[in-house]
Amino acid sequence: MSRAAEWLIPKLFLACAFLSILVTFGIIYTLLKETIGFFGQVSIVEFVTGTQWTPLFQPQQFGVLPLVAGSVLVAAIASMVAIPIGLASAVFLSEYAPDRVRRVVKPILEVLAGVPTIVYGFFALSFVTPLLRVFIPDLGLFNALSAGIVVGIMIIPMIASLSEDAMTAVPRSIREGAYALGATRLEVALKVVVPAAFSGIVASFVLAISRAIGETMIVTIAAGAMPNFTFNPVEPVQTLTAYIVQVSLGDTPFGSIEYYTIYAVGMTLFVLTFVMNMIAGWVSRRFKEDY
Amino acid sequence: MSLSREQMKRTLSGRKRFDRLSYLVFLSCTSVGIVVLCALLIDVLVNGIGWLNWDFLNNYPSRRPAQAGIKSAFFGTIWMIALTAPIAFVLGVGTAIYLEEYAKKNWFTRFIQVNISNLAGVPSIVFGILGLTLFVREMGLGRSLLAGAFTMALLILPIIVVASQEALKSIPQELRHGSYALGGTKWQTIRRIVLPAALPGILTGNILALSRAIGETAPLIMIGALTFVAFTPSGPLDQFTVMPIQIFNWISRPQEDFQYVAAAGIIVLLGMLLTMNALAIYLRNKFQHKF
Repeated sequence: MSRAAEWLIPKLFLACAFLSILVTFGIIYTLLKETIGFFGQVSIVEFVTGTQWTPLFQPQQFGVLPLVAGSVLVAAIASMVAIPIGLASAVFLSEYAPDRVRRVVKPILEVLAGVPTIVYGFFALSFVTPLLRVFIPDLGLFNALSAGIVVGIMIIPMIASLSEDAMTAVPRSIREGAYALGATRLEVALKVVVPAAFSGIVASFVLAISRAIGETMIVTIAAGAMPNFTFNPVEPVQTLTAYIVQVSLGDTPFGSIEYYTIYAVGMTLFVLTFVMNMIAGWVSRRFKEDY
Repeated sequence: MSLSREQMKRTLSGRKRFDRLSYLVFLSCTSVGIVVLCALLIDVLVNGIGWLNWDFLNNYPSRRPAQAGIKSAFFGTIWMIALTAPIAFVLGVGTAIYLEEYAKKNWFTRFIQVNISNLAGVPSIVFGILGLTLFVREMGLGRSLLAGAFTMALLILPIIVVASQEALKSIPQELRHGSYALGGTKWQTIRRIVLPAALPGILTGNILALSRAIGETAPLIMIGALTFVAFTPSGPLDQFTVMPIQIFNWISRPQEDFQYVAAAGIIVLLGMLLTMNALAIYLRNKFQHKF
């Protein structure tokens, strides 16, 4: 009995581990299969280069660029919010804050990371957009700016915590060396610690931007569901993710060409975020400093 | 060329001023996250607290804001956790045990590891597409709780694996050696020594991953969780809705009063998440060992 268990149990655990690989292949297989079917009916050149996306109306046009532009615009606004604030928070937590302060601030940032995106979506509509209207009076209820800012707030904790990890990994002795030469705290932080931890910091930026591109509910609620080929932040836009939600909420018949657009758009999204995650992994390995 | 004593003093005081200023700048950047969190909570409370009463908790959704309630979504969420937790726990902890206790360090193990970290970066909506294709259509589960639970389990699998691996890694080798010295087999050692010692860490990771699943909206919209469900599910193959989807539905309604209903729903959702997080922290503190 026990000998059988010794033999069987590792196999069961191996099967569990193997399943995670199957999930990845499952994702790639389903996306690829239906996307290939989609490109049997729609030219891939039109999909990649077209600037009109109207699969749900007549005449149907399948140029994905407006959706990509929407995702990129929202992610760009989000990075402009999150990168400076996230990096500054990381510098503060790792170089300035006394232990007592850090033990309070870090969990609060973790709470920010745990807020469901649907709640952020509500916050964008009920707080951020009205606030922005004070400065931009003719801002519509749905716009890329408000969605981007709130997505940025969502990814602050990710940048702060990953960058702080990278900066904490810089050995104490390097800082002491700089202090011994008479550097101030600011000089140590910006000229010694940040450059030493640079690969980890850049990797955190790339991962956070990838998360911003894949974010769904905030942009579905606040960005406006208009596939606009624009980089104007006060206009409504639609992102790759928001389009997928729109189709699955509607009554698009299974098997129709509109239905298969979600696989082509999903594939685009998967490839985009996958490439970014690979870049992040590569950057943090390739430029890692060995102390 | 050398600086006079006077010039040195002047540049030094300038650098020191910059240093003091930088403290304030970094501190205020860090507090942005905290201020936003407070604004978000206050915004939700101000909007929702007046609508939060017993009727709201005990009513089914309604076309009239005053009679709308969260009962079916609340029970849908409870069902969802109850089904997702065991699936994700077995798969995630099994994978972690295989990787930490059984696997040799070779290309295959590295491949699984890379694969898991890539899965963690896949946008949740892509898991929704997988769930829709694989569980709802191919396996014929329909738009059921079970299809949703499988999708959610796969989504949080990477978080559980990584957290469980950390917990297992923190158990010192001496404990295992002690068990082997007494004649324990590998599985006996894992089951009676390693797992009990690592369990608090594993449970904490699982609870945090589940609280992430509770807040997720997009994958369940994809698999077609309904937005108007006027019953509580009675089995795993029933149709269902969950709190974030119900909230999304309320946010999308044009009538202004539904915004307050949505805020009330958010209070319930956040209350549940807070409870789970508190439980995770309690477990971590209560059973934390020092080796």
